[in-house]
Amino acid sequence: MITELEMGKAESELELGLGLSLGGGTAAKIGKPGGGGAWGERGRLLTAKDFPSVGSKRAADSASHAGASPPRSSSQVVGWPPIGSHRMNSLAAKSAREEEEAGKKKVDDDEPKDVAKKVQVGFIKVNMDGVAIGRKVDLNAHSSYENLAQTLEDMFFRSKPGTIGLTGQFTKPLRLLDGSSEFVLTYEDKEGDWMLVGDVPWRMFTTSVKRLRVMKTSEANGLAARHQEPNERQRKQPV
Amino acid sequence: MDLRLPSKVLEHIFSFVDSNEDRNSVSLVCKSWFETERLTRKRVFVRNCYAVTPAAVARRFPGMRSLTLKGKPHFADYNLVPDGWGGYAWPWIEAMAEKSPSLEELRLKRMVVTDECLEKIAASFKDFKVLVLTSCEGFSTDGLAAIAVACRNLTELELRECIVEDLGGDWLSYFPETLTSLVSLDFSCLDSEVKLSDLERLVSRSPNLKSLKLNRAVSLDALGSLLRLAPQLVELGTGSFSDKLDQEAVSKLAQVFTELKELKSLSGLWDVLPEYIPLLYSVCPGLTSLNLSYATVQMPDLVELLSRCSNLQKLWVMDLIEDKGLEAVASSCKELRELRVFPSGADVDETNVAMTEQGLVSVSEACPNLESVLYFCAQFTNAALATIAKTRPNLKCFRLCVIEPFAPDHKTHQPLDEGFKAIVESCKDLQRLSVSGLLTDKAFEYIGTHGKKLRMLSIAFAGDSDLMLHHLLSGCESLNKLEIRDCPFGDTALLENAAKLETMRSLWMSSCGVSFGACKLMSEKMPKLNVEVIDEHTPETRPDSSAVEKIYIYRTLAGPRLDMPEFVWTIHKNPEIGVSHLAIE
Repeated sequence: MITELEMGKAESELELGLGLSLGGGTAAKIGKPGGGGAWGERGRLLTAKDFPSVGSKRAADSASHAGASPPRSSSQVVGWPPIGSHRMNSLAAKSAREEEEAGKKKVDDDEPKDVAKKVQVGFIKVNMDGVAIGRKVDLNAHSSYENLAQTLEDMFFRSKPGTIGLTGQFTKPLRLLDGSSEFVLTYEDKEGDWMLVGDVPWRMFTTSVKRLRVMKTSEANGLAARHQEPNERQRKQPV
Repeated sequence: MDLRLPSKVLEHIFSFVDSNEDRNSVSLVCKSWFETERLTRKRVFVRNCYAVTPAAVARRFPGMRSLTLKGKPHFADYNLVPDGWGGYAWPWIEAMAEKSPSLEELRLKRMVVTDECLEKIAASFKDFKVLVLTSCEGFSTDGLAAIAVACRNLTELELRECIVEDLGGDWLSYFPETLTSLVSLDFSCLDSEVKLSDLERLVSRSPNLKSLKLNRAVSLDALGSLLRLAPQLVELGTGSFSDKLDQEAVSKLAQVFTELKELKSLSGLWDVLPEYIPLLYSVCPGLTSLNLSYATVQMPDLVELLSRCSNLQKLWVMDLIEDKGLEAVASSCKELRELRVFPSGADVDETNVAMTEQGLVSVSEACPNLESVLYFCAQFTNAALATIAKTRPNLKCFRLCVIEPFAPDHKTHQPLDEGFKAIVESCKDLQRLSVSGLLTDKAFEYIGTHGKKLRMLSIAFAGDSDLMLHHLLSGCESLNKLEIRDCPFGDTALLENAAKLETMRSLWMSSCGVSFGACKLMSEKMPKLNVEVIDEHTPETRPDSSAVEKIYIYRTLAGPRLDMPEFVWTIHKNPEIGVSHLAIE
């Protein structure tokens, strides 16, 4: 059973195999630090933004006939979930109508929905700037900021050798909490304010956090200024 | 002694060979069989319009009466194929008009069909009978008018989920009074209102009408009068089911429904109000197919409806059905063969959380004939997959879409590898599989090891490395179509298994890590494949190591296509680009 691609000689040419055997003359491109060749260079998931004039046109055209704008899923990924355009447009039109009728009609299955939703209470959404796909993380499974930061680092910058995280970068310790990296960890609290993570005790944090965002440090400076809380500008010690 | 059978005898024998798969085998036996078969083949299927030229097809099958063509790759349904990629019907229609004017039936899927195409059909094929367009685009209602007015012997006109430039409902009025042959009419994807009186007249002069699928603009009231004129319908797609009718009108409508003694298939039901659902009760016991996927019916009403559908074989519904509703299906619909559950919201957050993996498990456990599943769900578990696999080894098509990308088993937080292992191990006749959720390379090792009958595989946001692709290409012997998006692998497995691609119809990869250099190498070494690079940024100006956005590779006898837009590149555009410096860092 093949568990790893054989790293043959460090070669300068790829050869076309006949599918008879793996290895022997071809080296695995993944696992190389610095961005795994082709994947590393364009190591991010493409989004609808990358095709401003193509791709979404079909939905846009048909939507103009259906009288509704094409729905944008929260993760802004083209073609996900994989629902055909006709169905997508129908859903968009439906939610537009539902917004109109909001409050007029009580949904019969409110009760069971709430109960079922409670199952998910530990999980909150995490989005990272520049990455189309959001993830969910279970706060109940973490005991401290360090813990949480580690999980997020693993999730978005997977450090397992030979694997590629969502951003296609390898084994870079992220240091989300000490302000020394390109990214900082922020969260939206129950009041809808965005704060830097780490400014309150952990338990207080878990009760007030609504969702997380791994934000570019350059943008986060604006964040601190907006809140005008000087201690947020400094590096945070995890509590 | 010459033991060859005279061709007349061969012809007679071959007339009993229906399936094209068998006919293809027949034509490989010897030259005379090839000749006789090709002269007698009436129904031709070209599943990739770029695999072969129209002229070649027309030449080979001079007796062709029915042509089925497919154009764009499947992921075009999800807007992953940019507009203008291709799939034009015109060259085919033009060629057939000249060489096969006796063509009677045309079925096109995912192709660009213009009004000129429709006018050409109307003008060229004197005995044209059947036009079925599925997921096509590029034409307007004017083109439909051309078909309506000219095709004297039209029996079927079906527009399934097409994108049509809707210039109004007049087109329907162009069916001449002399047209009485209509068997099937489906204009459900159009928006504009057609003239009711013209529609009524058309229906009343069509004694053979078996299938009628209306668009949303046809009111409930109008439906009543139409059904009175066509009680013989076998398939009905209603229009909007939401007008406010008075009590008398409602009971008249109920009466009309009871007259539909032949009805087997029901769809449409847009905006259906709960109070009208009982109108359908009388037809439920006879239904074998029910499409509620556009009907916003809540669970309790669905239960009432479905518990009366004891003969149902095909059910399409939204996740509003919830686990409870699927339990009702499990107990009432023992004949169920196909189940599709669609999301009721476009967003992960809007998924109905009262529908979980348990719903599908209930149906799997209780419906012995279930063989085709499409299930959208917020999350899943390995245990559920294992149960489904154990109880339904007869599955032929299993498409699970866990809407949250990378979602693990929500109970154990493990990847769904073991669950899908159970599926491919147990379901030995599985032909089509879509996987989702958190998956490592292991999952694909299992699929490669066990998925021997797998013909079509769809993958998104999965796997860890090239191994994933290697397992699939080297293990899945019957693999015919492979489509992959957003998976992290590079060139190695693709190049190692390049020969496999000649045995497949097509391979689609988007947002993966295949380099331009690898594409060039494949193009050079595999002349029987078209290696298309679909990329907004012309790859010629990029280094070999750069990853390309999308690749579509398919086997072809037709050589490079002549209708490539700017954003599609094949090596034929730059044959001078050598592959000597393939230093891929």
